[in-house]
Amino acid sequence: MREASFLSAALRTRSLVIGVSLTFVFALGALVSLIWTPYDITVLDIASKMQTPSAQHVFGTDHFGRDILSMIMIGAQTSISVAIIAVGIGMVLGVPLGLAAAARKGGLLDEIIMRGNDLVFAFPSLLIAIMITAIFGPSAVNAIIAIGIFNIPVFARLSRGAALPLWTRDFVMSARVSGKTAWRISAEHILPNITNLLIVQGTIQFSLGILAEAGLSYVGLGVQPPTPSWGRMLAESQTLISIAPHLALVPGFAILLTVLGLNLAGDGLRDLLDPRLRRAGR
Amino acid sequence: MSILSIRDLSLSIHGTPILKSVSLEIAPGEVCGIIGESGSGKSMTAFSVLQLLPEGATCTGRVALQGQDMITASEAQLCEMRGNAVGMVFQEPMTALNPVQTIGQQVAETILVHEPVSKAEAYARAAEALAKCELPQDRFPLSRYPHELSGGQRQRVVIAMAIALQPKLLIADEPTTALDVTTQAEILGLLRQLVKDDDMAMMFITHDLAVVTDLADQIAIMKQGEIVEQCAAENLQREMKHPYTKALFAASTHQPARVDPATDTTILRVQDVTRTYDLPRRSMFGPRPSFAAVDQVSFEIKRGECLGLVGESGCGKSTLTRAILGLDPVQAGQITLDGDDVHTSAEAQRKMQVVFQDPYGSFNPRHKVSRLVGEPFYRLGRSATPSEIDQALTSVGLRPEDKHKYIHEFSGGQRQRIAIARALIIRPELIILDEAVSALDVSVRAQILDLLSDLSTEFGLTYLLITHDLSVVRSIADRILVMRAGKIVESGDTEQVFRAPKIPYTSQLIAAAPMLRPAGPSI
Amino acid sequence: MLLYATKRLGSLIISLVVASLVIFACIEIVPGDPAAFMLGINAQPDTIAALREELGLNQTLSQRYLGWVGGMLTGDLGTSYTYRSPVNEIVADRLVVSLPLALYALSLTVLIAFPVGILAAARRGSATDVTVMGATQLGVAVPNFWFAMLMVLVFAINLRWFSAGGFPGWEDGFFAAMKALTLPAISLALPQASILARVMRSSLLDTLSEDYIRTARAKGLKGHQVMWNHALRNAMIPVLTIIGLQFSFLLAGAIIIENVFFLPGLGRLVFQAITQRDLIVVESVVMLLVFAVIIVNFLVDLAYAWVDPRLRTRG
Repeated sequence: MREASFLSAALRTRSLVIGVSLTFVFALGALVSLIWTPYDITVLDIASKMQTPSAQHVFGTDHFGRDILSMIMIGAQTSISVAIIAVGIGMVLGVPLGLAAAARKGGLLDEIIMRGNDLVFAFPSLLIAIMITAIFGPSAVNAIIAIGIFNIPVFARLSRGAALPLWTRDFVMSARVSGKTAWRISAEHILPNITNLLIVQGTIQFSLGILAEAGLSYVGLGVQPPTPSWGRMLAESQTLISIAPHLALVPGFAILLTVLGLNLAGDGLRDLLDPRLRRAGR
Repeated sequence: MSILSIRDLSLSIHGTPILKSVSLEIAPGEVCGIIGESGSGKSMTAFSVLQLLPEGATCTGRVALQGQDMITASEAQLCEMRGNAVGMVFQEPMTALNPVQTIGQQVAETILVHEPVSKAEAYARAAEALAKCELPQDRFPLSRYPHELSGGQRQRVVIAMAIALQPKLLIADEPTTALDVTTQAEILGLLRQLVKDDDMAMMFITHDLAVVTDLADQIAIMKQGEIVEQCAAENLQREMKHPYTKALFAASTHQPARVDPATDTTILRVQDVTRTYDLPRRSMFGPRPSFAAVDQVSFEIKRGECLGLVGESGCGKSTLTRAILGLDPVQAGQITLDGDDVHTSAEAQRKMQVVFQDPYGSFNPRHKVSRLVGEPFYRLGRSATPSEIDQALTSVGLRPEDKHKYIHEFSGGQRQRIAIARALIIRPELIILDEAVSALDVSVRAQILDLLSDLSTEFGLTYLLITHDLSVVRSIADRILVMRAGKIVESGDTEQVFRAPKIPYTSQLIAAAPMLRPAGPSI
Repeated sequence: MLLYATKRLGSLIISLVVASLVIFACIEIVPGDPAAFMLGINAQPDTIAALREELGLNQTLSQRYLGWVGGMLTGDLGTSYTYRSPVNEIVADRLVVSLPLALYALSLTVLIAFPVGILAAARRGSATDVTVMGATQLGVAVPNFWFAMLMVLVFAINLRWFSAGGFPGWEDGFFAAMKALTLPAISLALPQASILARVMRSSLLDTLSEDYIRTARAKGLKGHQVMWNHALRNAMIPVLTIIGLQFSFLLAGAIIIENVFFLPGLGRLVFQAITQRDLIVVESVVMLLVFAVIIVNFLVDLAYAWVDPRLRTRG
């Protein structure tokens, strides 16, 4: 009963439906590309380069004659995996840090964690990526680390901010009276009450991760050839934009729609999970 | 002719009926008290007069203010009337003022939006209005910000804003509920004075019968969106007919049956306890000031006794509660339970449980009742058996099946019963009741007080009742302590303290607390 | 107020010191010898030794750190190995492009976001609100460099209103230079303006549901008076936070956008320095950008106190 009403409420949240559908399409594309793509993208076919969309090549071909749809599918795989790992790094490290800071509010640990956060915020993720690539050379792993590091303070701040008011609630006091330790209370009472927020922020960071990966790959600091990536497809299309605009349009729309889908899904989830926000009409 | 005439007012919000055919007349200079428990529609009646209703609300009927129907009035006409013909005072003084504007700006604004006067004149009149509300310019200049004032002072600013243009009607929506008793008495006195001086009519909304009986000329009692009883204030007790009014009166003056089971053995001993907090630095290089929230407090509780600890907000009673529970350290002194230090002995901590004020915030909304009630067993290193949970729920008047539900499925009173079940389940010896009945409506409060009284006899419990509400301690406590500014300033048997308080502060507290005066020889 | 400002200044200095330590440490952990790293694999041992001497690598770690920080404080950022000229001169050349671009974009962001956010909040639920929020949803999702490429395609290649890239320099006149920065600034600003407009709207809606808004309405204030006199200033607090964060996004975004438009700014400098392994330039430019972000956040903190009187006394 409870599950059924949740589902029907979810279906009534229009942005959630649109968002999840868009995200699903790209996730599916990425999954299918693991076993099958319309064309083999490692084979170059210069003879049929830069074809406009047709029945054979739905999105046309690029300057090496590769099928753009196949490139987009594998690119989705790259984007999604980079973003998922980066969000994972942010959550796994950031949430415990934030919870610990909230549990010992005003203590030395809190101070160190929050000042450390401020510091990471002072380095835009791209600067971190630049420093990492300047030292270790560009690669997908370094891009993931650069985006992931920036996610840590986001999740640490969010969980600290959400945990602090919970710590003053009477149910936490009751748990303390029952002799539970700060760690146990954080795991049992605080974390379950902030999961909604974490899920919503997770989708937003996921979409930011996709944008960041595209940006890094565009300037050559991210995924390296020959692995296809939407950002690099755009970089390669730049000089050809006046002769073959579809080379730039297709990957651009892929990024736009994926990010839009994730953002809509995040907004929809927030409305669905937090009735207070739904009432405020945001 | 009446200043306010409400006829057949019905109101629904998103289709849910809130008010059903409410009719009310207020004559010039008359004070009308509207009394009801939470959800009775009393505040919505007030908001209907100004048409400050939440989104999705629809009104039918007629609300005539000085002959102008507010329901059909245009937004421009409403703006003209609000603040000018009618002023309003709200319940929460802490949030009713704009935090980024000075009090002068906010009071002067009432004048500036309605009259074509210069800024200087508006400010001069704002200063007058504030002075009238006992905020004189030498101590409370116009340049003060709200955060620099106490709750009572902020409420005076809100009142000054409402009366700045000397409206013919003042609407006060629970204006003293958020305040301490002594502040409440001062604000009530001020309102009474203002009404008399300016010959204003007033609509005074409250949940507390005792607050209005002295103030109002006319009383209306509301229940579930309807006015169930309406008559002149002095005749109410004699003439009340509706069973709800009678029940309300009975509950307000309720005294739970209680045998005095106090013994001679001491269970809790608090000795010279001091707890200080560091304050933020005032000047850049000055020493860090500190503040003693609890200052050398000593007292004892006997086994089986119910001790009331009374004090106004900020007196240190919550800090003391946390220290007794062993949650916060103390800087000096010792607290022992049956001889064991509460800060170190797990045995002492096991013998204590607590019931908090807020029946909505006391439970993790994501756990089922069985898990919530069984939580104290963590202390014993095992989980509660189903029969223990059933027993705890039964003993507080709930059904064993309730353990499968989530907390949002219960009413405020039922939640407080669950909180008591949770406190009882590991058979503690001392239960600390931290404002445990303060947030409840009077009728529910009476039931919970009865329950607590029965349980103490049944299980031989000792209570430490911490509250700001004198009527609660009077009805249940055997002995009381009065706390002020971190110190215990008076102690003694309840009746003795109420009859012959030793210090002026206690007499002030007792005098300030609104009490229903029995109409007949006795109740 | 003085106490508050002093405290913020203190934390600003600590942030700067820690940031410089982190950046210094990053360069120190370069695998192997920095001099050999910079010169590449074919370098002669004596060239490496000469560079080591020049870089001061024979000094102790703390001497080098203090030398670097001391140099920065006196305006000496060292000498670029590849350009063979003082880094501060190179940076100054590039700064006259990057700084105006960032400020131009920030102004556009604020000028677009404020009216849009306020309009949407004032007409909540109306067709205007729905349209505007839909547009910002798209604006948030669009990658700025792709948007830049599309603008080049439309406004430079097809319509020929603007040039596709490059920068004429300020010597050719203010308007010519600003024109060259216009497309880059718009592509930087639009996504950020979308974010800021959404924040502005939701912050205003939060504020409009506060108790003191009801008090103001009970005084007889009209809708627009409530908005201007009471809601706006209170709603600015979260908006300021976002503006502070956005400045750092704009700086980072500018690094990419400069590459799209071939602008000779700090971003292009960094990429050239990375390919040429010129660590001294990388180190200095990164420090400079971090410095800018920290300073902006300090200004945002001061702006908080201006907006919110409670902060002035609390310290």
